[in-house]
Amino acid sequence: MKTQYLLGNEAIAHGCLEAPVDFVTGYPGTPSSEVIDILRALPDRDFYIEWSVNEKVALENALGAAWCGLRALCTMKHVGLNVAADPLMTSAYTGVTGGLVVMSADDPFAHSSQNEQDSRCYAHFARVPCLDPSSIQEAHDMVRDAFALSEEFSLPVIFRPTTRICHSKGDTVTGTPVPSTRKGHFVKDPRQYVVVPAHTRVLHRKLNEKQLAIGKALVEKGYNSATVRGPVAVIASGIAATYVQEVLPPSVSFIKIGAYPIDEEWLEKLVSRHEKVLVIEELFPVVEEAVRQVAGCVPVSGKKDGTVPTEGELSTAAVSRIMESFGIAPTQSFPAVQPVADLPPRAPVLCAGCMHRPVFYAMRRVFRDGIYPSDIGCYTLGLQLGAVDTTICMGAAVTVASGISHSGEERDIVATIGDSTFLHSGITGLLNAVYNGARMVLIILDNRITAMTGHQPNPGSGVTASGLASPPVSLEAICRACGVSWVETVDPYDLVSLTATLKAAKDLPGVKVVIARQPCVIMARRAGLRRGTYTVDPEACTGCGVCIGFGCPAIEKSDEKALITDLCSGCGVCAQICPAGAIRRGGKK
Amino acid sequence: MKQSFDVLMVGVGGQGIILASNIVGEACLAEGRSVKGAETHGMAQRGGSVEGHIRIDGKYGPLIPPGSARLIIAFDMLEALRYAHFLAPDGTIVSNCHFLVPPAVFMQGGAVPDRADIQKRLEAWSLCLVDADSLASEAGSPLSQNVVMLGAASWFMPLRSESLLGAIERLVPQKTVEINRVAFDLGRKAGSSCREGKGKA
Repeated sequence: MKTQYLLGNEAIAHGCLEAPVDFVTGYPGTPSSEVIDILRALPDRDFYIEWSVNEKVALENALGAAWCGLRALCTMKHVGLNVAADPLMTSAYTGVTGGLVVMSADDPFAHSSQNEQDSRCYAHFARVPCLDPSSIQEAHDMVRDAFALSEEFSLPVIFRPTTRICHSKGDTVTGTPVPSTRKGHFVKDPRQYVVVPAHTRVLHRKLNEKQLAIGKALVEKGYNSATVRGPVAVIASGIAATYVQEVLPPSVSFIKIGAYPIDEEWLEKLVSRHEKVLVIEELFPVVEEAVRQVAGCVPVSGKKDGTVPTEGELSTAAVSRIMESFGIAPTQSFPAVQPVADLPPRAPVLCAGCMHRPVFYAMRRVFRDGIYPSDIGCYTLGLQLGAVDTTICMGAAVTVASGISHSGEERDIVATIGDSTFLHSGITGLLNAVYNGARMVLIILDNRITAMTGHQPNPGSGVTASGLASPPVSLEAICRACGVSWVETVDPYDLVSLTATLKAAKDLPGVKVVIARQPCVIMARRAGLRRGTYTVDPEACTGCGVCIGFGCPAIEKSDEKALITDLCSGCGVCAQICPAGAIRRGGKK
Repeated sequence: MKQSFDVLMVGVGGQGIILASNIVGEACLAEGRSVKGAETHGMAQRGGSVEGHIRIDGKYGPLIPPGSARLIIAFDMLEALRYAHFLAPDGTIVSNCHFLVPPAVFMQGGAVPDRADIQKRLEAWSLCLVDADSLASEAGSPLSQNVVMLGAASWFMPLRSESLLGAIERLVPQKTVEINRVAFDLGRKAGSSCREGKGKA
């Protein structure tokens, strides 16, 4: 046992080592990615690990391993669970032999996500247990024990930390990693693993029969607990429970929910001992609905009566105010303070030298009247450059583009998608678009890596999660195999040829694919690539502002002239767009 | 119940806030104290405004309630102003005296913030300005600005400077230990004049 200052995801990774885990899969997604990144970086790893191509693939792989008796972990962000929902729902019927833990990290306030969905709803939907940690220590302990819980009930377990668990830090007591020594062995049992109707009807009944025992066990194991102290109770789950504990007065009862399903009999008894209860949780009112079902005539406050906000994330300050409005005096109150007004916002931007920027620049010039469906990755920041008209979910740039093309819309449709996102779920959309005769230009922004989530390798990168070489997949060959007859690859730093390629694509019928390829500028720098940087000749600069409009963070304006700062990475695109020829090579190396 | 001593670190993605907050966290462990923290990860870091919350002696949530930070360490002066409302009435802001102009200002043709104006507005709070850029260069690497700032702020944190230095030695890359040790000392010297009430360092 030792105490370390750990990131939530580090603590989770450590808990898995203590279980121990034998098999790890996942697809990167904030805030879940560091778990696999930490596990795959371990020098003496004795378990299998992979970055899978998408979450469905990841979960099915983990399920296969768990059916062979291994302890398997599958990580993803909450929206990844949508992709993996198909195997999840039926894996509850088939069950598992080895423990299977599905970590689905939720993101209240959508810090880096397209929505604020709640993975606990999936657990309820699939009827599998769900663990909901309230702190980093609890996340560590819960995931360590989750594999055994999964084995006890022969069910996958959903583990759902939130952003403020995954990406917060704290002093954490960890145990000793245990070597992974299990070897998979598949025992044939078609009645369990082949879900034809005759089998699945039986499996469904067995799944339902497990539920009561699970709820009781989660109370016995201490995941759901209560301290009755007075006529009023606060019921809280996840990190909201920690916020509540910081300001809860000693006269108020506290019921803490850390796992689902909640034992209704236990909950009913507790609620009935109070005159009124307040339920505080983030995201969907999962606990509140359970409480309302058993509360009888005890009044319940929460999201449904407007006491607790239904969107965004909570905090100690927010919880303190919620208690005050409900009629509990918190031990600390935090008067609302206003930030200083009128400061220029500092939003994240594409890096200096990012390959996406010249693609967006050229795209907007060639297709001035175009419609620009896009996708999920760093390039979503192209929104600031007027180059992103739609983003909904992974792979949808291609499918939304084909939908628009069949709708009767006559303008040019130019979709952009990253390499990893294309491999995740863009390929089927492309196949469909060609098959059904859509009209679009698809630009694959191929920076050879899954950049946004922290540079995880993908099948195009030439390396696996464990660092083994693997042949980089050919995006050109994939597109041709999908039936695209016109596929061109360009260097996005070469603005002339990029522009000419886009112009050529514009005049052709059907689906055209342009692959713009340059390594992510951060990866290139880490690999030691140094290009000569650029500088502005102040004599030649006319102050026209064209380079400023390009939006590179290395270009500033000083005394009505452009100025290139030391953020310059030497892509050289600004020198190609400067109408006065005032930008030249020759800055500092 | 002992209240936590809340420190908010703010700056621009890429300035080393995560390392700086790890140093403070490690120093807490070295002194046997509990600590909680939270920080910006992922794409938001790409040149965006970032924050790191550290609650020394913290036992509960990682987020500092606005209006209750005892110390703000700002690696960028404009970001100091953006987060100043987190400060408790008796708190201190230790800020770099430089700032990066947000790229959107140039793109959208807005007014470039004025240094003197930012300073004047920051002086509404107890303020210690440090020339972290110059001191980091003096120490041997512009990348050591985060450690310069920790040195300056060390006067205002309930942690021993030896604990911070020990954490620095354990956490920075081995070949930069000496640079960072110098950076910490230079920052600490700069901060001492603020502590003595002489105003700007």
